[in-house]
Amino acid sequence: MKDKLAPVLAHIGTLGPFIALLAACIFFATQSPQFLTGGNLSLVLQQVAVVGVIAIGQTLVILTAGIDLSCGMVMALGGIVMSKFAADFGLPAPLAVLCGVAVTTLFGLVNGLLVTRVKLPPFIVTLGTLNIAFAITQLYSNSQTVTDLPPAMTALGNTFVIGGTEVSWGTVLMLALYGLAWFVLRETASGRHVYAVGNNPEATRLVGIPTQKVLLGVYVMAGLFYGIASLLSVARTGVGDPNAGQTENLDAITAVVLGGTSLFGGRGIVLGSLVGALIVGIFRNGLTLMGVSSIYQVLVTGILVILAVAADQLSRKGTR
Amino acid sequence: MNETIVMQAKGLVKRYGQVVALDGADFELRAGEILAVIGDNGAGKSSLIKALSGATIPDEGEVRLDGQLVHFKSPIDARRAGIETVYQDLAVAAAMTIAENLFLGRELRREGFLGSWLRMLDKPRMLAESIARMQDLKVGIRSMTQAVETLSGGQRQCVAVARAAAFAQHVVIMDEPTAALGVKEGNMVLELIRRVRDKGLPVVLISHNMPHVFEIADRIHVARLGKRAAVLNPKKISMSDTVAVMTGAMRPEDIPAECLAP
Amino acid sequence: MQQRTRIALATLLLASAGTTFAAGEPVIGLITKTETNPFFVKMKEGAAEAAKAKGAKLLSGAGKADGDNAGQVTAMENMIAAGAKTILITPSDSKAIVPAIKKARDKGVLVIALDSPTDPAEATDALFATDNYKAGVLIGQYAKAALGGKPAKIVTLDLFPGHPVGAQRHNGFLKGFGLPAPDAKSNELGKDASIVCMADSFGDQAKGQTAMENCLQKSPDVTLVYTINEPAAAGAYNALKKAGKDKGVIIVSVDGGCQGIKDVGADKIAATSQQYPLKMAAMGVEAGVEYAKSGKKPSGYTDTGVTLIAAKSVAGVDSKDVKTGTELCWGKK
Repeated sequence: MKDKLAPVLAHIGTLGPFIALLAACIFFATQSPQFLTGGNLSLVLQQVAVVGVIAIGQTLVILTAGIDLSCGMVMALGGIVMSKFAADFGLPAPLAVLCGVAVTTLFGLVNGLLVTRVKLPPFIVTLGTLNIAFAITQLYSNSQTVTDLPPAMTALGNTFVIGGTEVSWGTVLMLALYGLAWFVLRETASGRHVYAVGNNPEATRLVGIPTQKVLLGVYVMAGLFYGIASLLSVARTGVGDPNAGQTENLDAITAVVLGGTSLFGGRGIVLGSLVGALIVGIFRNGLTLMGVSSIYQVLVTGILVILAVAADQLSRKGTR
Repeated sequence: MNETIVMQAKGLVKRYGQVVALDGADFELRAGEILAVIGDNGAGKSSLIKALSGATIPDEGEVRLDGQLVHFKSPIDARRAGIETVYQDLAVAAAMTIAENLFLGRELRREGFLGSWLRMLDKPRMLAESIARMQDLKVGIRSMTQAVETLSGGQRQCVAVARAAAFAQHVVIMDEPTAALGVKEGNMVLELIRRVRDKGLPVVLISHNMPHVFEIADRIHVARLGKRAAVLNPKKISMSDTVAVMTGAMRPEDIPAECLAP
Repeated sequence: MQQRTRIALATLLLASAGTTFAAGEPVIGLITKTETNPFFVKMKEGAAEAAKAKGAKLLSGAGKADGDNAGQVTAMENMIAAGAKTILITPSDSKAIVPAIKKARDKGVLVIALDSPTDPAEATDALFATDNYKAGVLIGQYAKAALGGKPAKIVTLDLFPGHPVGAQRHNGFLKGFGLPAPDAKSNELGKDASIVCMADSFGDQAKGQTAMENCLQKSPDVTLVYTINEPAAAGAYNALKKAGKDKGVIIVSVDGGCQGIKDVGADKIAATSQQYPLKMAAMGVEAGVEYAKSGKKPSGYTDTGVTLIAAKSVAGVDSKDVKTGTELCWGKK
């Protein structure tokens, strides 16, 4: 019996977020009739899509016991690059998008090289690239939003109807990306190596896994995901916004922590980050429907983060 | 125990700046034996082991495996040559399962398209093999899917040893395998080491624990001042004399002949 | 930010090392809330032009983000050390900046608040700002007239709780619409039964869109949307368009930036109160030059003006057309 219980206790860390999300949904459903409708829930999915995709990249980084503070700003830069390339140079949308994603991936590469070759702590490195990305974005865009974008670029914001509910293509993309990330992290050697590097980098080196390559790959992939997120952001708002991404920075990290991934690396599931992003989005949506001030949403998020980390620690009390 | 020499080193020299860690050290490992390597701090036993396992590259000297000259540039080279090392800190990813740790870096992929295109891992097969290996070595851990961090110190050591034994073809090297273990768990590990030897794998064992060394080793290699001071026969020499050789209180010339290993 | 200000100042000082500080060339410092908000970018441009025309030297700096008081304090100290005798500042934190301003004024420096007042307003020598309450009143009056007989179901997309400018515009809007509203001094957001949803947009387009989407879920039959500024209005428009409600709902806003005026012309925003950051800056520079010349200080509050810009005019409310708005707008034309 005790053996059967132990893995369940260990999973409190991962089950916790789902339970919290469920509890929040039940609560808000009782508070306003509009909450539990298909349309409203589909809306929340759209609203968290950008943070959700950024959080995939951030999850990868945090799994290696690193952190990427530049995620939101790099996303904004990608958005500005792709929108300006389309609006100013008239590049066809797919090409412009590719350029934006290439820029964000490049930033990921820079982060990764500074962490692996120059051996700087991720916190410091990404603090630096955060500011650099922000400055480049403001300078290149002259702090103006970019409008008049080709419809192909904002196509992901379009919706289709499924079972009477409107669902956006962006939501579908986000869910697909989560599925992909979940598969790779769970079922492939490369994915398992990410966990191993985060849990015990010295051990991975000694068993012959190319630790530095894994780390570099993680930061590059994160940059790629930020680029996809910038496309989602542009598609949702219809403009290239140089001031986008500023709260997404911390929001993405919050989503990852709320989702049960440990900041110390080596533990967590990527789907948890989606749950984490949804928790924040549900609270924001639910509180607005209830007519409660947004400040309470911030308060609740803070409390949840502490609870999430505490739950993570508790679930490991079962281990020796 | 036969006389075939599996691994041999001659005249190894390693300098770290001003410090000379290995000063012309020799080494010899025979088939089917457990060879304990003992020595005081700074005697050069760690450096010797690192040179044999590929963790460091010696400045001078040669290493031979089965008579062939080998140049290990990294631990991976040594592993590829069939030498497995159990490090002092075990080198396990504690958050991952036993089965995952056993196959860490050597994961098995699924057959066909799933394995080659999607690069999907064959978890059932890895699990089955892990169970088989552990049973083979009579390690009594019930579930291979529990995380290594849920195991006791001795059990973790067994996992690390089983991993080495599972993949070693020629030599298993162990660095302080019973350090920090209690009596019962220590014995558990010693038993496991014997089983590894009985499977036909020679074992090199670094240890500070004299009782354990005397209990399990077939021969004892004494390292002193970066060289090999002597190779002793634990059945004939006393523990206190062994320590004396190790500290230099008894000079190698003064060791009675029957105490030396043949 | 303080790093960048230091570097900028150091460069300026080095550059002027070769030339003698022309006796009497007034040095004026402009400190905005952030470097990046186009409103402040325009203010800086206006100040730079005015300074050049009047033969004054302009130093500029800003906080790192909205609310960064420490950055503004540091900028002020550095500028005064570099010889600025006049400081023009858009305070990020109206209370927290007061001690630093007092220190500056004790040293004989003229301090003028631009765009938003300090708390208390008398802490600065003078204030050149938009009457944000009036800006709200104008769009409230317009909205009332434009709504006509339709029932008033109002959504307000505000800034965030506790900000004076957010409160002034919101309450002014209520007053202009004819609803009971707190007065211009209040920092509380007025409520009323006709307001079906109040949400915070933080003045940001994406957040404005999210806030509007959520409000639409709550009250799909909204008829009128008040927004704190034009980016929030653009977000609200997006949300309404996605819900197919863009034609039937009136959006009003404040700012008069060129992008916002374009949106008015494109029928996305019905009316907006245009404010004049360039004028604030130019007046500030003039005052600084006058102070350096004659020691005369301006005082009290000077309204830099607000104009209602609308594509369609309505009876009983005075407004200017989009063409006028475009000529006077700030930002990229």
